Amino acid sequence: MGFIDRTARAFLLTELLQGMALTLRYMFKPKVTLNYPFEKGPLSPRFRGEHALRRYPNGEERCIACKLCEATCPALAITIDVAPRADGSRRTTRYDIDMTKCIYCGLCQEACPVDAIVEGPNFEFSTETREELYYDKDRLLGNGDRWEPELAARIEADAPYR
Amino acid sequence: MAELWDGYLWPLIVIIAKIVLIVGPLLIAVAYLTYAERKVIGAMQMRKGPNVVGPFGLLQPMADGVKLFLKETVIPTGANRVVFVLAPVLTFFLALVAWAVIPFSEGWVLADINVGILYLFAISSLGVYGIIMAGWASNSKYAFLGGLRSAGQMVSYEVSIGFVLVAVLLTAGSLNLSKIVEAQRSVWFVIPHLPMFVIFYISGLAETNRCPFDLPEAESELVAGYNVEYSAMTFAQFFLGEYANMILMAAMGAILFLGGWLPPFDVAPFNWLPGIVWFFLKIAFLLFGFLWVRATFPRYRYDQLMRLGWKVFLPFSLFWVVLTAGVLLALGRLPQG
Repeated sequence: MGFIDRTARAFLLTELLQGMALTLRYMFKPKVTLNYPFEKGPLSPRFRGEHALRRYPNGEERCIACKLCEATCPALAITIDVAPRADGSRRTTRYDIDMTKCIYCGLCQEACPVDAIVEGPNFEFSTETREELYYDKDRLLGNGDRWEPELAARIEADAPYR
Repeated sequence: MAELWDGYLWPLIVIIAKIVLIVGPLLIAVAYLTYAERKVIGAMQMRKGPNVVGPFGLLQPMADGVKLFLKETVIPTGANRVVFVLAPVLTFFLALVAWAVIPFSEGWVLADINVGILYLFAISSLGVYGIIMAGWASNSKYAFLGGLRSAGQMVSYEVSIGFVLVAVLLTAGSLNLSKIVEAQRSVWFVIPHLPMFVIFYISGLAETNRCPFDLPEAESELVAGYNVEYSAMTFAQFFLGEYANMILMAAMGAILFLGGWLPPFDVAPFNWLPGIVWFFLKIAFLLFGFLWVRATFPRYRYDQLMRLGWKVFLPFSLFWVVLTAGVLLALGRLPQG
């Protein structure tokens, strides 16, 4: 009986037809495609994208050149030089991030005691040359100025969970 | 002079015009078959498919064609240059040449030869040469293995297709494709020969190297099989040839089993449509099945493929030929002369 059953199933292609009925049903289901450059998915406030150096509301840069980020960076992507500024405060003279080395682990923003270096929500910063991905201090501060409202909102949203 | 014109030149011009009329739409159909494939499979995977180039992505095949046309043709150093270039040309040529005997509607056929079905069978058997030549001339192990697999597969499934054809021919009593279609005026052959239609369809998938029998280009093991080394226009020719072969298989299925250009019922609303529309609708239906199958089934293992061909299809189609002949003999309707 088992043999007849198996042979009948094989010859009547029942399982194959069931599979095809399934794909046909899926054909009329709503599509899940996002038309990427025009439509985008939601991002978590913890999303780790392009870096930025933030400022205090009075315009003073937050970074105090403690070098914790440089020390913690597992990819050795951060390079910092320090010198006292004219007013005697400790500031960086150079803050470079090699974005081609960076692995976007977020350890720099975890290490930062003053929330100066953060990873923002921007992930669309591809370039045509390698050199453009060697970010310097001006570039990072510029990012901070451009994204500040967003960055502050993200830190605010994540604060209750820290 | 007048004799030369009437006897040779004018018929030549007419034939060339007919060829252009067949090949032009065929190539457009091939281009849009690739588009339809991406759309259908996309829909079955809940994706949208190409939708950027032109409205609904309708210009995507053109963009792909232009891309392939502008790319560099790379010929490997170790390849046999002549055979390497000849192979895709042969595949493409054979895929087009078979269309000469396909009747699109009553009397709409380029070459109404009496052995049309044999001609089709011969041409589709020759198709394997293009692939073997490509596999051998590429001088690459993947291409070679892909070529061998393809040869084995196409030869195996041609045998059962051959017997399927014999069963149909016995019932129709002619090798002429137009007459085969006419013989289906009372009932399409798909009804008495339903198992043969299924075997023909599945063998057609194997014959055109379609999923789930696309072992010759199994990308997970053979990279891309016989077309690994091909690029630009040489690849495009393989691609066009393959898809033209798919359409040809669908056309053969429509003619042999689904009554070619005949409407499903010869009554008022159905026979308003011209025959060619019915023919194209049937081809489109069968082609949709090709895409549908590809979206549904995983690839066969090679030994399973061979087992199916030789141990299931061949005995079964042989049995069906004997059965058909017996029934026709009993009814006294065996074709005479």
